[in-house]
Amino acid sequence: MQTHQYDVVIVGAGGAGMRAALESSTRVRTAVISKLYPTRSHTGAAQGGMCAALANVEEDNWEWHTFDTVKGGDYLVDQDAAEVMAKEAIDAVLDLEKMGLPFNRTPEGRIDQRRFGGHTRNHGEAAVRRSCYAADRTGHMILQTLYQQCVKNEVEFFNEFYVLDLLVDHDLATSAVAEGEEVHVSGVVAYELATGEIHVFQAKSVVLATGGAGKIYKTTSNAHTLTGDGMALAYRRGIPLEDMEFFQFHPTGLAGLGILLSEAARGEGGILRNSEGERFMERYAPTIKDLAPRDIVARSMANEVREGRGAGPNKDYVLLDLTHLEPAHIDAKLPDITEFARTYLGIEPYTEPVPVYPTAHYAMGGIPTNIEGEVLRNSTDVIKGLYAAGEVACVSVHGSNRLGTNSLLDINVFGKRSGRSAAAYAATASFVELPEDPAAVVTAELETIRTRPNGERVADIRRALQDTMDANAQVFRTEESLRTALDDIRQLRKRYTAVSVQDKSRTFNTDLLEAVELGFLLDIAETVVVGALNRKESRGGHFREDFPDRDDAQYMQHTMAYRRPVGLDGASAEGGDAEGTFAHTEPFDGYQLVLGSKPVIMTRYQPMERKY
Amino acid sequence: MTATAEAPAPEVGAVPSFEVTLKIRRFLPADEDMPTFGEPFQAEPRWDEFTVTVHGTDRVLDALHKIKWEHDGSLTFRRSCAHGICGSDAMRINGRNRLACKTLLKDLDPSKPIIVEPIKGLPVVKDLVVDMEPFFASYREIMPFLITTGTEPTKERLQSPQQRERFDDTTKCILCAACTSSCPVFWTDGQYFGPAAIVNAHRFIFDSRDEGGTQRLEILNDKEGVWRCRTTFNCTEACPRGIEVTKAIQEVKRAMITRAF
Repeated sequence: MQTHQYDVVIVGAGGAGMRAALESSTRVRTAVISKLYPTRSHTGAAQGGMCAALANVEEDNWEWHTFDTVKGGDYLVDQDAAEVMAKEAIDAVLDLEKMGLPFNRTPEGRIDQRRFGGHTRNHGEAAVRRSCYAADRTGHMILQTLYQQCVKNEVEFFNEFYVLDLLVDHDLATSAVAEGEEVHVSGVVAYELATGEIHVFQAKSVVLATGGAGKIYKTTSNAHTLTGDGMALAYRRGIPLEDMEFFQFHPTGLAGLGILLSEAARGEGGILRNSEGERFMERYAPTIKDLAPRDIVARSMANEVREGRGAGPNKDYVLLDLTHLEPAHIDAKLPDITEFARTYLGIEPYTEPVPVYPTAHYAMGGIPTNIEGEVLRNSTDVIKGLYAAGEVACVSVHGSNRLGTNSLLDINVFGKRSGRSAAAYAATASFVELPEDPAAVVTAELETIRTRPNGERVADIRRALQDTMDANAQVFRTEESLRTALDDIRQLRKRYTAVSVQDKSRTFNTDLLEAVELGFLLDIAETVVVGALNRKESRGGHFREDFPDRDDAQYMQHTMAYRRPVGLDGASAEGGDAEGTFAHTEPFDGYQLVLGSKPVIMTRYQPMERKY
Repeated sequence: MTATAEAPAPEVGAVPSFEVTLKIRRFLPADEDMPTFGEPFQAEPRWDEFTVTVHGTDRVLDALHKIKWEHDGSLTFRRSCAHGICGSDAMRINGRNRLACKTLLKDLDPSKPIIVEPIKGLPVVKDLVVDMEPFFASYREIMPFLITTGTEPTKERLQSPQQRERFDDTTKCILCAACTSSCPVFWTDGQYFGPAAIVNAHRFIFDSRDEGGTQRLEILNDKEGVWRCRTTFNCTEACPRGIEVTKAIQEVKRAMITRAF
């Protein structure tokens, strides 16, 4: 075992982690720990762009952007955070340009902008050109540019290190915090993939930037490595997860494969059609049609299929039609995604429409933070020294449905803020004493799994989890389907206690790490399903067929999912901090999942009916 | 369960299921700690064959996953995004460097075993995993970041669409190392910067906003720099992003002579 000491430790080297590192590393001693080489992170898969009201090509302003974000999130957005994001978007884009990001340009040499779903002029009048982009590989260019700047600034990386435990001076999952007591982070425990060695990192500040959890679903645009690690680490320490029931299904995944085709395809003029050739979005969103927000488009597509107007031999997908666009225009603006259609489906988008179906894409929920990136342990109290940014976090700027491009914006704006906050805190704080034998939990878990001679296969349990999530907790949900999913997850948790791996070595043991990741996925899936069961309304990305309307009277609140010991009444004030009106409890093996709530922050906009 | 909840079947452009055999280069370094459960331990590289049933849209990565998940969990390889953008899974497939996630099995001849090996020229860590550090070290040496002098503008730096187009091709690089590890010069001389580092130098040398071109050309004028390139075009052929790598190297060579960029 090795021990390290840094002022700030950042976990994850995607866009949010590296943006935080650029702020923090110039101020205090900083380490970035990443389970992948930084350039492998899934920020690189983002395609369409990053919105900012630069008004380079037409009239625009950040207030319109704020409104679109709030309305897009079906009013579950914290409006103070959305305002910060839309305002700081402009500098975030200019920062990236100055770092060297090769944006596409207007004839005058300014950053070019294009249309994107849900982004409108003057509060919904018409689609606006707000997305700054680099062809259809904007995320790739952001990831490369941030890594380049990290190389320039000699940021210290620990690559292919898996963080497997979060160290705090008070484990909220095992006991309540006394009134007036503060909770501090003290570091993380990591596993070095190449050698199997355990490393303990003591840190004054820890920034979690581990990304999403798309692998709880089978059909997903997410990388194999997006297993909700950071969310699960926090959750296991009793830190709540906010709004986990809101998962975004991106409308245009390649049918059957889930590989993402950017919304930019529709921003550039692409049209969705059903088997009858009808442009069906005209019926669902008469004003902005194919550029309606993702939840609406995904549901409309699923509905077309359900009503028998799906295309293909099994009538189970719809078509993305680009055939009316000039091939030269497609090549200039959408080269990568048209290449995906050719490579993976053998479809030529110049002449044939591309089969598409919604694919699990983005977790709106995550670790609750305030606008400085500080992690909350209930509605109001922060954990000292702990920060989160990007998809792992929930600020909440996305509410119940994220607008396209706002994720690249989120990682830049809140990555920067959390890195700055983490460094500022570390500059004045002292190290918190590590627990005795800090690596004990991780070592025991890894050794148990690694040396168990035979048992359940990781892949079998994972496949069963993904199957039930796709079948029961996807675009359409009901009490019955969600109950089925929860029962399945409970069964799978039992099977997981007997999980074993075939690779018994210590060198680069990915078999072992997949087993650990599966444990994270099970935890995350549980919070998604329990949150969805409790929310008996339909809002944004969460659609309950048995409760198809939005219910502001009861559910205009964030869900907070807490892991609490059995016997501790989490819903009461004495039980700690699972306050609020939901008070929904699900017992699991050895602990209970308690749902509390957190008020939505509203500043300028009162909830209205959401029409496009 | 709801009517539309099932994911659509991948019948699009499908060929029916078929069997493939993969012949995979294996290597596990000595590990004293490993419980062997009575089986003797071999530290020698070896070939293993696996036969699996796959679908028409499956890629080499799907077959590797099937083997790992259903047959031999110890088979080790890197992967992440699974659609050719993260650059994790470059490997040598039937003698050619490719990304496993971008190589469709139906496009390979399924009547013969598909040979899968780690990329060449970098030390093998385990099975298909190589040590990428030397590769990234070369990348870092060419100063892969925008270099500017003077005061920063308040808004964006201007760049015409034509100026932007000049270096578009080399911005596509995902640092997968398929090019560098396909280069015969790199195989025999690991000190050579290699195509990927030069591609990334090109990306900045020809960026109208950058002012570090001269410094980068100095670095690449080294005996391990661009002049080692023998224009075999292996790199261009290997690039999964379709970058004209050899052309980019030639442009850097020309810039070195003419100092025009």
